[in-house]
Amino acid sequence: MSLARRIIPCLDTDGARVVKGVHFEGLRDAGDPVELAARYNAGGADELVVLDIAAARDNRPTFLETIRRVAEQLSIPLTAGGGIRSLEAARAVVRAGADKITVNTAAVERPELLSELSAEFGAQAVVLAIDAKREAGRWQVRIRGGREATNLDAEDWAQRGVEMGAGEILLTSMDRDGTQSGFDTELTAAISNGVSAPVIASGGAKLPAHFLEVFTRGAADAALAASIFHDQVQSIRALKEFLRESGVEVRLPC
Amino acid sequence: MNVTLIDYGAGNVPSVERALRRLGAQVETTNLPEKIAAAHSLVLPGVGHCAALIAALDAHSLRQPLIEAIGRGAAFLGICLGLQALYESSDEAPTLPGLGLLPGRVTRLPENVKLPHMGWNTLKTIRATRLLDSVPSCAYFYFAHSFAAPAAAQECAAVSEHGREFVAVLEKENICAVQFHPEKSGAAGEQVLRNFLRAAA
Repeated sequence: MSLARRIIPCLDTDGARVVKGVHFEGLRDAGDPVELAARYNAGGADELVVLDIAAARDNRPTFLETIRRVAEQLSIPLTAGGGIRSLEAARAVVRAGADKITVNTAAVERPELLSELSAEFGAQAVVLAIDAKREAGRWQVRIRGGREATNLDAEDWAQRGVEMGAGEILLTSMDRDGTQSGFDTELTAAISNGVSAPVIASGGAKLPAHFLEVFTRGAADAALAASIFHDQVQSIRALKEFLRESGVEVRLPC
Repeated sequence: MNVTLIDYGAGNVPSVERALRRLGAQVETTNLPEKIAAAHSLVLPGVGHCAALIAALDAHSLRQPLIEAIGRGAAFLGICLGLQALYESSDEAPTLPGLGLLPGRVTRLPENVKLPHMGWNTLKTIRATRLLDSVPSCAYFYFAHSFAAPAAAQECAAVSEHGREFVAVLEKENICAVQFHPEKSGAAGEQVLRNFLRAAA
């Protein structure tokens, strides 16, 4: 018995439709979230993440309806977020069917939000999303979809976030996101080895070898990707078979 | 098949309800003591902090009706915290008494592994249980917890492991419980719920 490494498709939505872009910019339509959710649920995804990437800019109640419709398709855990700034907003997302809530900018601005969420839903339901960018040999935390720099160091912030109540870190490399040049394993290992909670690596996935690298050298507990799964460049099943053959524990059908 | 789903505000009530309905169960969600007292079969879901569950049961005066319903033989399924609440106490909420239907104490998983124990893990069967009928031994289940019941417990039917072995499935007469989330565990989880409904019928 041992815990499997997780493969997590991510649906970035504008509220209603799945969108994608490079470096958080240049968005284009990538499909219907409900259809994609059903496909991933059947195709061996270990969890699903649904983000409202427009929410930080303008609030969209349609996102809650999307979560509701996506949750109906799933027999795997669902994480939802994007623009969650309060306990009340988190409650709405949980009531709509999310098992976990992810917060980013709001937690940087008010870290107590993590404690409030953890007290209400349990640490296992609180995912701290960190967008990190390389700056002078360290990783700087960026907020508002990556557009705004902070003076927080990503390693410090991850540790503080877990102390405040986060049960998981969703770590995105801003340098790799959308480039398909592989995960930032150095960043992932630094964060993963520094915190007691599981870390989901994100940003840069393309090849099965990228996943193998982030699970081994990167010490990631889970790996997230979007476009390679949406475009059916990579099947989750084939990816997991490759990982199992390479000695990584993954969940495959018996 | 009628199932009474105890709704004290736990986050996973809607997904448990959805999963049971998919299997054809008639589900009544309630926090009323008289409904629980009269139930034929009961499901106690739970996720989050043990103190929240125990406090909510007491706030709604559900403790006694639940203990009595189980005592007179109602089929019971506890999920995650719904398993942990069966014991006398939990280190997560040391000042609150558990339901005390099973002896022993729920303790924290070791610090040498990442916590929460989050994700998909396999089971090792200790003894036959109806809950795992037709479930392949290599099946994975979804866990999300930091505390767990001791694997040495007499009622333990299957264990999983994260830092140490712990109770993943228990069955004692009409009391069934799982530490994982069957409502989030794909086809294998669905089979466990189907097995409970069959045993409860």
